Amino acid sequence: MSEGQSSTRRLVRRVSWETILALLLVLALVGGAVLNKDFLTAENWANLLANFTEIALMALPLSLIVITNEIDLSVASILGLSSSLLGALWQYKLAMPLVLVTCLVAGALCGWLNGFLIVRFRLPSLAVTIGTLALFRGFAYIILGDKAIADFPSEYAEFGIGVVPNTFIPTPFVLFIVLALIFWILLHHTTIGRRIYAIGGNPTAARFSGINLNRLKLLLYVASGLISALAGIVYTFRFSSSRADNGTGFELSAIAAVFLGGVTVQGGKGTVTGVVLSLLLIGIINNMLTLADVASEILRIVTGSLLIVSVLLPNLIAKTRESWRLMRRQREIARLGSAS
Amino acid sequence: MTRIPLMRTIAVVCSLSFLGTIGFAQDKPLKKDLKFTVIPKNINNPYMVIQSGGATDACKELGIEGKVVGPSETGASAQVPYINTAITQRQNAILIAANDPNALVPYLKKAMSQKISVVTLDSDTAPEGREIFINQASAEGIGQSLVQTLAKQIGSSGDFAILSATPNATNQNTWIKYMQQELKKPEYKEMKLVKIAYGNDEDQKSFTETQGLLQAYPNLKGIISPTSVGIAAAARYISTSPYKGKVALTGLGTPNQLRQFVKDGTIKEFELWNPADVGYLAAYAAAQLASGNIQGKEGETFAAGKLGTRTVGKDGVVLLGPPTVFNADNIDKFNF
Amino acid sequence: MTKQPENTAEGQGWLNALFRSRETSLVLLIAVLTAVTTTLNPRFLSPQSLKDLMLNVSIIALLVLGQTVIILMRQIDLSISSIVGITAFLSGTLFINHPGISGYVVIAIAVLTGLLLGAVNAALIAWGKIPALITTLGTLYIFRGANYAWVHGRQVNAVNVPGSFLAIGTSTVAGVPILTWIVLILLILFSIGLRQYRAGREYYAIGSNPNAAVLAGINVSRRIAIGFIISGAIAGLAGALWLARFGTVDATAAEGIELTVITSTVVGGVAITGGVGTVVGAVLGALLLSVFSSTLVFLRVPSFWQQAFQGAMLLVAIAADAYLAYRHALRSRVKWSHV
Repeated sequence: MSEGQSSTRRLVRRVSWETILALLLVLALVGGAVLNKDFLTAENWANLLANFTEIALMALPLSLIVITNEIDLSVASILGLSSSLLGALWQYKLAMPLVLVTCLVAGALCGWLNGFLIVRFRLPSLAVTIGTLALFRGFAYIILGDKAIADFPSEYAEFGIGVVPNTFIPTPFVLFIVLALIFWILLHHTTIGRRIYAIGGNPTAARFSGINLNRLKLLLYVASGLISALAGIVYTFRFSSSRADNGTGFELSAIAAVFLGGVTVQGGKGTVTGVVLSLLLIGIINNMLTLADVASEILRIVTGSLLIVSVLLPNLIAKTRESWRLMRRQREIARLGSAS
Repeated sequence: MTRIPLMRTIAVVCSLSFLGTIGFAQDKPLKKDLKFTVIPKNINNPYMVIQSGGATDACKELGIEGKVVGPSETGASAQVPYINTAITQRQNAILIAANDPNALVPYLKKAMSQKISVVTLDSDTAPEGREIFINQASAEGIGQSLVQTLAKQIGSSGDFAILSATPNATNQNTWIKYMQQELKKPEYKEMKLVKIAYGNDEDQKSFTETQGLLQAYPNLKGIISPTSVGIAAAARYISTSPYKGKVALTGLGTPNQLRQFVKDGTIKEFELWNPADVGYLAAYAAAQLASGNIQGKEGETFAAGKLGTRTVGKDGVVLLGPPTVFNADNIDKFNF
Repeated sequence: MTKQPENTAEGQGWLNALFRSRETSLVLLIAVLTAVTTTLNPRFLSPQSLKDLMLNVSIIALLVLGQTVIILMRQIDLSISSIVGITAFLSGTLFINHPGISGYVVIAIAVLTGLLLGAVNAALIAWGKIPALITTLGTLYIFRGANYAWVHGRQVNAVNVPGSFLAIGTSTVAGVPILTWIVLILLILFSIGLRQYRAGREYYAIGSNPNAAVLAGINVSRRIAIGFIISGAIAGLAGALWLARFGTVDATAAEGIELTVITSTVVGGVAITGGVGTVVGAVLGALLLSVFSSTLVFLRVPSFWQQAFQGAMLLVAIAADAYLAYRHALRSRVKWSHV
């Protein structure tokens, strides 16, 4: 009985977080429009969405990984590795489709290495991915050194900076929309999604229910590597620049977006909707502040604060609810005591 | 209708043009209410602060609304959001020191298509991404003079290294290229460039890279550091090590940072220009571009306030002038 | 038949061997690396390069002391780099704005500032119950952003700092820089504190088994809070010493150093899952990483191989930790079954 109650309470809490995010989003939109006349232009929105495309792509598989109570800090390094590989291979004038496939495969292999170490050897994912963060970025430097490759074929460069005709949606952003839909269906409407929640929420039960935990976790890491490599390709074409240091530091933004989206560190909770909403929220706030010529350091402070507040608030709410419940219980006991 | 006598007209025209070429006179009128965005390589770099300050000073002189925005990192893409913002805000000109010669070109091109003038300063992009480039000094001249200065100090023979900034900085790579070209001359055949190290314009990294150079190459006789952050860090390390006086150090740096090292003998000679002048000149050039008075073509001239009249050279490059050489004799005269 | 408690002389012997093996293997590795590099480039053991090595390691080793306390409790502190950045610039500004101020006062203020910043972390983690990863990630951002906003384009130059203060980073006593002596003394204090005092043992207990620690009557929240305050104070000290070592501080000082510190700590035997490891081991880990980078420099390996090697070392260290723990668990299970 209490189990059902707590799952309803969990459901209520989950719905509430997305609603809060949606409300904040509306507030941000209104604020942005009021504070700056150029905010609601198609051009501005194209820039806004393009700016966080890579982080948004990486945040999708990352949120699934965090739901299973693990983490992946190496996503930005895989982005960099993929970008370096792209440039390095392109120097040999191989066919671009072949080069792109190689980059994606390399990303998947990196993800596989993460998954292998974490799942097979049961190594803590935080430490492993700190290690692979350095390892993969190191590989990126070994492949490309200090060079920058720039002369990519124009059709790919145009893909990188273009928009879907008659809209403000940047072409690379379409990738994100498609993947977000896929992940949403996967997480919320398939058995795999339920299993992912189970692994995070109640690993013992999940293990006993016969789910192949290990294989699923491994696949999640491979997906993370693959999509990070895709983000690397997008980044390279967006700036027509393949450099070993591309994307340095992006993992922190991706993780901030995931946590802000309602995915908790303990695992087992969170939705794709929440993560998408939080990505949009952070993107809009960044854009608003840049339009208002606010210095980039303030953006950092805002992102950090959002991250902390996103976890502090639910905790405080939970604490207040706890103390109310305690008070109610005490009052009930007092009432029962005086009635007899 | 009275006809104005010809001689008087000629006299008036002559005196007006004479007046127009001295001092602060602007010969062609500027558009009103111009708004400029200045984008340095990164906003926490002290050298960039001086340079951007020169640009905003010029804006104040001209009655232009100028602002300085920029990233805290020196990545290729970090400047893009600021370019996009300037486009959205419909600024009249963008003055930018580029972190990467190619990554910004599509976005700068977009700006130019929206009638925003683009002037690069200090570090250029590919020519199609801008209309005018303010070069602090001829790149060839910088490369040659740095090699010559070092050669004088190490007797034109021995191993030496270069401590650069970030590996992709356009200006660094151009100067290094000319240095290597100069080295091919027969009088430098005893000098060998053994390594190019990158300090990323970060003080700590430049410091440890200098350490690394001296550790890995025991026969190193000299270091050229064409970056103010690099030379300051290298000087600090060398002056507290047994290599002081044994390993020559020269390059590009600001007098205030390097004064004590010139006085204690770590550095004999180094050079630079006034970064504020670079920014100042860029703002004046941008003002003329934005007002439609010049197009950035070779041969055009414009007035640049206290810097006098300037001419646009090949490929839209405007030279500030030859660098100043600083040594123990004149270092106390400068304050920047 | 009573079951044999794990803490027998034999069990303790094995446990001691576990600790000892990590430290000895680290020392061995360092010795091997040094030997190899010196034969290939004798300058490696010259007084100047040894001094450089000691100075390079010292600040990281100092930060490692604080991080060990944190990781022992199964927590993590990513915000140390931002705290160092702030206190380094603060120290420089104090010298600029108050000429003649004593170096001791500057250090005290730096430590106090670090302590306060650490207290912010402590409050959010111990009272707000926000996981350490999220909190310190957030404060990493917030503190660094505040640092940038405060410093902007300015920097402190060595010429602004009194020579006596800079001497901490350059003068030596018995061939060892003063900076390194400071760190060594703190290392001894921390080592004794963690091993001999009940408060020190509590850090291990919380990391090994948080529930058991609560049941044993340990005030876990307070201990965690104190841990983060200590980490902050250490980072504050490191900031002041950063100024002494490098002389120039700008807004990017110490950026990214947290990953090196965490890597050193884990390589040094402090398991990321908590409860295992010593400060001596952690400092040896920092030394190993530093010697390794130096080796690469002396052997003229391009500097971009360094990051890949560092990452690989961390992975090897974690795998070794896990393997040793697995072996240990196997052994104790075997002992149980005999009874």
